[in-house]
Amino acid sequence: MGKGTAERVAPAPLVATSRQRRLISGDDVFRAVAFAAAALILVIAAIFVVALIVPALPAIARFGLGFFIGRTWDPVRTQFGALSAIYGTAVTSVIGLLIAFPIGLAAALFLAEESGVRLLRGPLSFAIELLAGIPSVVIGLFAFFILTPLMRDDVDPFLNHTLGFLPLFQGSPSGYGYLTAGLVLAIMVLPIMTALSRDVIRAVPRALREASLALGATNAETIWSVILPYARVGITGAALLSLGRALGETIAVTMVIGNRNEISASLFASGYTLPSVIANEFTEAVGNVYLGSLFYLGLVLVLITIAVNVLARLLVWRFTGSEPMAT
Amino acid sequence: MSRPLVRIFLDRLVAALIALCVMVAAIPVLVLLLFVVIKGLPGLLTPGFFTDPPHPQGVPGGGVLNAIIGTLEIVGMASLLAVPIGALIGVFLSEYGRNRLGDTVRFISDVLTGLPSIAFGIFGYTVVVLTTHHFSAISASVALAVLMLPVILRATESALMLVPQALREAGLALGAPSWRVTVEIVVPAALGGIVTGALLAIARAAGETAPLLFTAFGNEIVQSNPLQPMGALALTVFRNALSPYQNLQDQAWAAALLLVLLVASANILARLYVRRIQR
Repeated sequence: MGKGTAERVAPAPLVATSRQRRLISGDDVFRAVAFAAAALILVIAAIFVVALIVPALPAIARFGLGFFIGRTWDPVRTQFGALSAIYGTAVTSVIGLLIAFPIGLAAALFLAEESGVRLLRGPLSFAIELLAGIPSVVIGLFAFFILTPLMRDDVDPFLNHTLGFLPLFQGSPSGYGYLTAGLVLAIMVLPIMTALSRDVIRAVPRALREASLALGATNAETIWSVILPYARVGITGAALLSLGRALGETIAVTMVIGNRNEISASLFASGYTLPSVIANEFTEAVGNVYLGSLFYLGLVLVLITIAVNVLARLLVWRFTGSEPMAT
Repeated sequence: MSRPLVRIFLDRLVAALIALCVMVAAIPVLVLLLFVVIKGLPGLLTPGFFTDPPHPQGVPGGGVLNAIIGTLEIVGMASLLAVPIGALIGVFLSEYGRNRLGDTVRFISDVLTGLPSIAFGIFGYTVVVLTTHHFSAISASVALAVLMLPVILRATESALMLVPQALREAGLALGAPSWRVTVEIVVPAALGGIVTGALLAIARAAGETAPLLFTAFGNEIVQSNPLQPMGALALTVFRNALSPYQNLQDQAWAAALLLVLLVASANILARLYVRRIQR
């Protein structure tokens, strides 16, 4: 690798000076400090695990694994279950990914390929990086005041009118609910999806692309039968990392999901997601079991996101041979 | 595959579809920024926005001084915690990290990067708020510091990796002990990357809301004591947006614009720094 560390490269001094003969050298001290810093992050990780579990204990003791399939969320009778929040998290994230995946992939193809219009590439890259940097509460604000009325008055009625025979698009739209939250998530994961897929597509060997074009394939055929099959694993990883981000998004979703603890087939209905229950009910939670249930939801959320992220990183890493840097 | 016209048509169609998707991808950010500027600018220019504390609900006027001070103080303290530690861990990874401990640290940092931001709020709540029995700015800083760590340490590691091996060898050949080579040659040579990482981490932390909900908690009173609950711009945007009063909603837009400007300037600063270093 050619990355022999400085310490390993150091030649042994031929004649030890008096300074180097001291029992503890500067190298030892510096190395100890660096190792201490590295140990610190292990300690932080251990504390993190404890910090997520301990406050959830009252709820874990009370509900056990039944928490995952419990549908009631009744603070009055202190009866809590996570199912509708898990359902809401899954539905909104899937909607977000379904929208962001094709758009992000197309934008990535555009950014990575030489065939695209050169003039547009710079501004587009800039716009997407800009979007990645906008705080989620600002996107939430925009969604709350601009997107929800638009959904209520135009988009939802239109869907209801044209696709209303599906249970997904039935019921009266309020503007708040799964669909709006999914759309917000799509906007939020688009930059990650685009940046990661762009890196993956760039890692496809040029020779393969050129061979395909030399055989007379059009650009579209090259994309479809050479680039996408080759990059499939990496693109899956990119999609999973985007999903991981969507699952844990809190504030913007909390502002538009409607915050109602129910499971509804209709995408127009108000619902709940794991992080939005926590964000929304924390201030009003009284009693150990109620508060503990919120932290139990947090624990469930963390476990799900870690599983998705580890899987995603393995895929992207296997493909590009380097860490996904975009976060 | 024998009908060239169909193939050419399909090719053009795909090109057009891609172009369409690209436009769809760029539109949300433009519309969003447009709205934030148009709706936020009047509030930003209102006298007292920067200098007054918030007025009680229903009383017009008032500013967000509490939130501006809060954001600066909370993020400032978080940076003081996270930047030195993160940079040191980055040094460890690059200089001593080719082993199992290094891989473990990298894995933990990747896991932390993927965690939902609300998890950091739970961390700050359990570790600081529960033990001190008090919501406080410092608990928010602790939560944000942990959130910032992975960004800083990975940026530091990759910046140090880019320093040419010959530079280290030159230092060693002059007789300097390896720690002095690291501190006086390698780290200064990689400073650009480290600063960029720190700025990106600060930009991310400044915009976060979820970690503050159960740590800093928010405070309508102008407060600079780190042991007391404190307001923050992100919390102002969140709470005011959901309030029924028009003036508070306007204030939410203005605070959002200020937050975007703050985050964007940290991002742009990071980018300029990279460019200057690369030259």
